[in-house]
Amino acid sequence: MKNRHLAPLVVLHLVIGAITAAVIFGIDWWPDQAAEQATRSDHLLWFLVITSGIIFTGVTSFLVYSIWRFRAAPGDEEDGPPHHGNTKLEIAWTIGPVVLLAVMAVWSSIATTRNEALASDREVIEVRAWQFAWEFTYRDAGFTTGDLVLPKDRQVELRMRSSDVIHNLWVNEFRVKQDVVPGITTRLIVDPTREGTYDLICAELCGAGHGVMRSRAIVLDQNAFEAWKRDSAAKAAAADAPAAPAPAPGN
Amino acid sequence: MATHAPTHAHTDHGHGHHAPPKPLWYWWKRAIVWTISGALAGIALVFFFRWAFGFSNLWEPESYYTAIASLAGIGFVIGIGCFDWWWAYLRGKHVDFEDHSLHGAKTWRDYLRPNTDHKVIGIQYMVAVFTFFVVGGLLAELVRLELAQPGFQIADGETYNGYFSAHATVMIFGFVIPSFAGLANYVLPVMIGAKDMAFPRLNALSFWLLLPAGAMLAIAPFVGAFSAGWTAYPPLAVQGTTGQTLFEVAVQFAGASSIATALNFLVTIMTMRAPGMTVWRMPLLVWANATTSGLVVFGTPFIAGSQFMTLFDRVVGTNFFNAANGGDVIMYQHVFWFYSHPAVYIMMLPGFGIISEVLSTFSRKPIFGYRALAFSTVAIALLGFGVWAHHMFVSGMASWLRIPMMITTIIIAVPTGVKIFSWLGTIWNGKIHLKTPMIWALGFIFTFVIGGLSGVFLGTLTTDIALTDTYFVVAHIHYVFFGGSVFTIFAGTYYWFPKMTGRMYSETLGKWHFWLTFIGFNGTFFPQHWLGAHGMPRRVADYDERFADLNLIISLFSLFMVAGTLVFFYNMIWSWRSGPKAPWNPWRGRSLEWLVSSPPSLFNFDAVPQVVGGPYQYGIPGARHAVVYAGDHLGGGELTETELRTVLVVANRTVASSSLLDQVKARAEEGYWRFTIVVPAKGDDHRAADRRLQVALAVLAEAGIDASGTVEDLGPLEAVKRILEEEPAHEVMLATLPTGQSEWMQQDMIDRVRKASGIAVTRVIVRGDDARTAVRSAAVQRIAVIANDTLGDAGLVSALQARADERPLAAVVLCPLSLDGPGWTDDADKVRDEATGRTRAVIQRLQDSGIQAHGEVIDGDPVAAAKIARSDYKVDTVLVCSYRRDSSEELLGQVRAAAGDTAVEHVVVDAEAPAAPSGA
Ligand code: HEM
Ligand SMILES: [Cu+2]
Ligand SMILES: [Cu+2]
Repeated sequence: MKNRHLAPLVVLHLVIGAITAAVIFGIDWWPDQAAEQATRSDHLLWFLVITSGIIFTGVTSFLVYSIWRFRAAPGDEEDGPPHHGNTKLEIAWTIGPVVLLAVMAVWSSIATTRNEALASDREVIEVRAWQFAWEFTYRDAGFTTGDLVLPKDRQVELRMRSSDVIHNLWVNEFRVKQDVVPGITTRLIVDPTREGTYDLICAELCGAGHGVMRSRAIVLDQNAFEAWKRDSAAKAAAADAPAAPAPAPGN
Repeated sequence: MATHAPTHAHTDHGHGHHAPPKPLWYWWKRAIVWTISGALAGIALVFFFRWAFGFSNLWEPESYYTAIASLAGIGFVIGIGCFDWWWAYLRGKHVDFEDHSLHGAKTWRDYLRPNTDHKVIGIQYMVAVFTFFVVGGLLAELVRLELAQPGFQIADGETYNGYFSAHATVMIFGFVIPSFAGLANYVLPVMIGAKDMAFPRLNALSFWLLLPAGAMLAIAPFVGAFSAGWTAYPPLAVQGTTGQTLFEVAVQFAGASSIATALNFLVTIMTMRAPGMTVWRMPLLVWANATTSGLVVFGTPFIAGSQFMTLFDRVVGTNFFNAANGGDVIMYQHVFWFYSHPAVYIMMLPGFGIISEVLSTFSRKPIFGYRALAFSTVAIALLGFGVWAHHMFVSGMASWLRIPMMITTIIIAVPTGVKIFSWLGTIWNGKIHLKTPMIWALGFIFTFVIGGLSGVFLGTLTTDIALTDTYFVVAHIHYVFFGGSVFTIFAGTYYWFPKMTGRMYSETLGKWHFWLTFIGFNGTFFPQHWLGAHGMPRRVADYDERFADLNLIISLFSLFMVAGTLVFFYNMIWSWRSGPKAPWNPWRGRSLEWLVSSPPSLFNFDAVPQVVGGPYQYGIPGARHAVVYAGDHLGGGELTETELRTVLVVANRTVASSSLLDQVKARAEEGYWRFTIVVPAKGDDHRAADRRLQVALAVLAEAGIDASGTVEDLGPLEAVKRILEEEPAHEVMLATLPTGQSEWMQQDMIDRVRKASGIAVTRVIVRGDDARTAVRSAAVQRIAVIANDTLGDAGLVSALQARADERPLAAVVLCPLSLDGPGWTDDADKVRDEATGRTRAVIQRLQDSGIQAHGEVIDGDPVAAAKIARSDYKVDTVLVCSYRRDSSEELLGQVRAAAGDTAVEHVVVDAEAPAAPSGA
């Protein structure tokens, strides 16, 4: 039986595997990474994607092969062989996934623990969300802005509070997000690694204006960040005026 | 509709003292009155309390709407009659514990009011849930319309939020969950060999509770701010208005309905299995529903509670979720997901059960790893209660909870994987028949694997934090809900359609439905993974320009699914009304539902069936799952579709009468009978008797009824004895003319036949004119004879006899009478009398020779007669009969023109030449 099915199955696996690989590698699935969290998340993600591709290829190949090979001829009223199962096989396909999933769980636990490990020199920024806007306060410098400006290569801790309903702060290039919940302070840790301007989006349904509750996350190199902070602080102190518009760095 | 269970054979349940059934409008009038009264009572109640407690503002809309919606909903269920029996019982009135007055359906009307027959309820569910499917689908198309381009097209943010919130809730609470309840309602009791569910009245109540729930959900987005999604997180939900209130009340109705059904299933499965049906012989659908019911019973109170708490926060002023007053916002999510994660399995496990049934049947192989599949079902259900917080990884809950919840979540992937692999093992090496249910099941495996794999992405903490709340989640949900649950619902609907309706659906349309949906589905939802990965958040009406093209493509692909759905409905409705009759077991399945007729009889089994083996023993010679026995009225013994019981029909003159044939057809509907007809023609014209018999046989054959017959040169008693020597019969059906006119009755034939044969004799009384009137049936050719002078000629009668011997026919004799001058003279009267006489005589002769005939004299020429033949008598053929000397081509041409598309033939009757048709 092995011989009869083996060759066509291998071919089918190769064909479907190639298509799957083309979909996985040919399409640009994941956008730029701009934080250490993103790198760690994406490593795991690629592991998941590739494992999934392999499982998908296997299942689909067997599915397609069976449909093609085991179709009853028209008028064939006979039954198939009375196989009720195969204990070894059943144990194998229970244990196999367990091992695979154990790898994922351990990997993910480590990755998230690292993603959330606190650095002592972190910049703390307070975030306030309400329907439907964001406000970022740099307490030590004593000013507030509408754009989130972060230093590159330095950890940032966002301490987030909501004035009304649940919101969620999300910058896709960082691959992290966190609900902002009324009544409690939630935290989000990011280690930006790449300068640039990114969309900062509310990712939790918060009412009529949810779709337009957007802002920007701007990563500056540390000097520019410190300069911007001094600048904004000075202006705020001078006139109680709104913060300086953030300079958009060229990429 | 062809779906009423036959009602015969339960005389032992007919208690005779039920009040005559009330007409349909009575119940609906009552329902409307009660609904309105409920609403008014709600208003009065709130008003009274606000006034009594001295509220300064008597008007506070949400408290009123809450009371109105709740009491109107309850009023509706009371008014339609769900509580009548219990109410009577409570008041100590005499009630009948075996009251089957609401059991079974004879006409479509019986489907429109409470019914206690699980089969009727199953169909009520399916019709209702597919209606909700349409509502939910339209809302989905509104969503896709809005999303076809960035910016705001048809809705502002608030309205858009209403569309998708209502879409999700209608689909989940109005379609997916109850459709499994509906399918299982119909087939599960039959599968375990039970006569009904354990609590038929509760079953009816479950269904009727669903209707107010569905109606409230469907109107919610249009009455104001129902826009917090199906998850309804406070504090956003607390900001909602009337729409939100309706949602919160609707969930209570839907939840109560689910819980009642689940209890019903649990008790039914635990206590009503046929002898021999051990748990390891239960079909996997039964396992799946038993497990799911457990989930429902434990889980549903949590969502009901969560919505009550939100509702109280909104209308009573409690502070469960109000952070400003010490409430806990995140607690809502724990309570909600403690139900709603198991709920995803409530929506999946019954589907797994359906897939197992379908794959095994159409692969002609036993289920691979039956116990593994059963255990994995239970494992999923148990684990399912320990994973809820994977929906809350970014919610701000206690962060230590995340890693344990991740671990439990991905452990669930193991039993899920076991299922997929076992299904592949089932089809491997099978004999696969690609019928529509099978195609849906195979398509399900493909899409569900994708959904399961994306589930692993979301179950893994690190990647979930990246992907949650984006379109990736939307893709996942739809791969598991649509590609998962809905595909299984379609598989199940097609699979049991023949059983439920007694009709076959169209395979071609079924396949069109699949491919349109499959392509539309993958085209719509696969790209959404990409959208999510690239940063399109979930639940937004407006999005970034760079997603515009893909969203447009997605919206266009969604139209394929609309097309597929139209094909589906056309197929279902058309096939239900006029599809070919379904046999008992169109798929050669093994489980009990395939061993009874389609649809099953009123109480499914007239005798207790015996289960003797597993349900999937394909390929094992001689193995069987169960034996179904015939009830006493069928003489006991095993009951199968092919071993039909014979009814011996005895009739001579009356054999081709519509009253006898209708009786035979009605009996044949029960599915157990075949018929042997004997015509005792001692001392009669045998040719004539044979012609009548041929008409009867042709009519029955056309109706798909198994019947054969002979003419015997014997009296009735001897004929019965002779036939019974050759083959056993279970009953004699003796057709006679009314007592005064019947020779057989004078000879006391009923009693004598009963004594001689020792079996039951049923008498069918046929009026004389009925015996002579032509039956309407496509199998009997209807011929109009237009003739005047030739009417007296023997040639005409023998021409018709020759035709009747070729193919059964019925004749209409039309004698056109063209009178010159005024029609009221004595002369004219005489001519008319003669013509009438000739017509009568020929009709008599035709009848005597076994041809059913009637006719009339027509004032007018042959052309006028031809018109009448066509329009009034709707004949297939017109025979114009004349002597050679009178033949006129011109007249014939006119007759042809008048007859339109009806065939016209000319018969020349000549003294010299034998009669022969010419010039067809
Ligand atoms: C291998 C099996 C599965 C795993 C590991 C899994 C995992 C998950 C996870 C972790 C989420 C949360 C995603 C998020 O909001 O961030 C999720 C969402 C969801 N899953 Fe699954 N899932 C699986 C199968 C299913 C099945 C079988 C169904 C239903 C038939 C289902 C229905 C849903 C729904 C409806 C949501 C979205 C809930 C919402 O936020 O509105 N999943 N799934
Ligand atoms: Cu928002
Ligand atoms: Cu879940």
